[in-house]
Amino acid sequence: MSKYVQIENVQMMFGTKQGPFIALRDIDLKIDPGEFITLIGHSGCGKSTLLNLIAGLLLPTDGVMLCANREITGPGPDRGVVFQNHSLLPWLTCFENVHLAVERVFGATESKAQLAQRTNDALELVHLTHAAQKLPHEISGGMKQRVGIARALSMQPKVLLMDEPFGALDALTRAHLQDELMKIVADTQSTVVMVTHDVDEAVLLSDRIVMMTNGPAATIGEILTVDLPKPRDRLALANDARYHSLRGAVLEFLYQKQARKAA
Amino acid sequence: MMKIKSFFAEHLLPPAIGIGLFILAWSLIAQTGDNLPGPLKTWDSAVVLFSDPFYQNGPNDQGIGWNVLASLGRVGIGFGLAALVGIPLGFLIGRVDFLNKMSAPVVSMLRPVSPLAWLPIGLLVFNASNPAAIWVIFISSIWPMIINTAMGVRQLPQDYLNVARVLNLSEWKVFAKILFPATLPYMLTGIRLAIGTAWLVIVAAEMLTGGVGIGFWVWDEWNNLNVEHIIIAIFVVGIVGLLLEMMLIQIAKRFSY
Repeated sequence: MSKYVQIENVQMMFGTKQGPFIALRDIDLKIDPGEFITLIGHSGCGKSTLLNLIAGLLLPTDGVMLCANREITGPGPDRGVVFQNHSLLPWLTCFENVHLAVERVFGATESKAQLAQRTNDALELVHLTHAAQKLPHEISGGMKQRVGIARALSMQPKVLLMDEPFGALDALTRAHLQDELMKIVADTQSTVVMVTHDVDEAVLLSDRIVMMTNGPAATIGEILTVDLPKPRDRLALANDARYHSLRGAVLEFLYQKQARKAA
Repeated sequence: MMKIKSFFAEHLLPPAIGIGLFILAWSLIAQTGDNLPGPLKTWDSAVVLFSDPFYQNGPNDQGIGWNVLASLGRVGIGFGLAALVGIPLGFLIGRVDFLNKMSAPVVSMLRPVSPLAWLPIGLLVFNASNPAAIWVIFISSIWPMIINTAMGVRQLPQDYLNVARVLNLSEWKVFAKILFPATLPYMLTGIRLAIGTAWLVIVAAEMLTGGVGIGFWVWDEWNNLNVEHIIIAIFVVGIVGLLLEMMLIQIAKRFSY
């Protein structure tokens, strides 16, 4: 098995004007291939920092981070990232945005036709074949986010990293994309790490929910295993007692154990 | 019918009134003395002038068309050279903080200097008036291009750079797919400002250097005491400047995302 992430004893410190600021400490996490992990916690708990560490956008000040047994020393195409604000390049069409990633990973080994095929496949996966030649400003927010997912998946990453990918979308679009993401992940057997602040989203999508304590010096508070059978259906879960007890467990962690002091 | 009417009222009527009032004020001022020709006299003169814009009677007596083209040529060359030097320089200054800090004092000190102050240096170095005029255009156009390009590079959203990092794009790809297109609107603003300044400056530069050109033509007609022609020249300079500006706005629109 080559698809997995291993985080050992990781600490992340930022130098600030007021001196060193410890954002994360003692992070230990092993992610199995095909697993869907969500990171949840109050804002400022360092969940995005942890994701950026896995992405290689940040390097830890202490500890070891491995992806498929190789040390993470920087960003790489083995870890596809979906950003919160889609981050499509506005001057490129949806096709070109995805193609940029495909070309980078497979450009050296595959023909032009194969690259175009991969790009089209990725867009088809998120049902956006019809929008391939559109510019990002011509499509809706939900569609942009789907292109972002297609771009990340087109690189065939070992791990898909998502930083609150649906945070900026309205509730209906969000639900729709969550359903689509579940299907895509089931089809592609992707390993996913997703940052979220949405309890329902976490329970619906995850195999395990990593709950983080409040910062500064945040760490992993509890890890909740979500043993609901897959595929999951949001309507059926609405009346499922196990779903509600899991949801209750996350809420209890967030609002009792890690209650925010009144701001 | 309603549509045509409201389009006329909203878009054509106000400018027409503005131009009408301008011409009225002009003719009133012209009537108070006999030095300044009025609109009608100027119009008659313009009809004669533009009936043969491309005649050639030796180097100091050419049609107004040749004069405008000569000025546009100088602006084109000076401006083009400034773009060739200024835009790459702007990219470097925007991308490398050390270069930015290094160049900041020189640029801020030289930028406010009237480009005409550089004319004697041009005459000294090139020993000829035409290259000296081009040199003045070069100097006047280069600052907005450096400054705006560098600003565009510095304003590059971190998101795009993060995309470049997670995709692990090569330096060339980063430049071609991210840096250049993201900077282009700023660059075009710089180009628009540069052309505007260059066209402002060329008239003054040519008055000093002589030769064929709209600026020298104005000076020549002043010596001939042909005030109608000077007024016509003012209109020509204004209209050409307006056309240049509109052309660049159209180009900029094409590249705004």
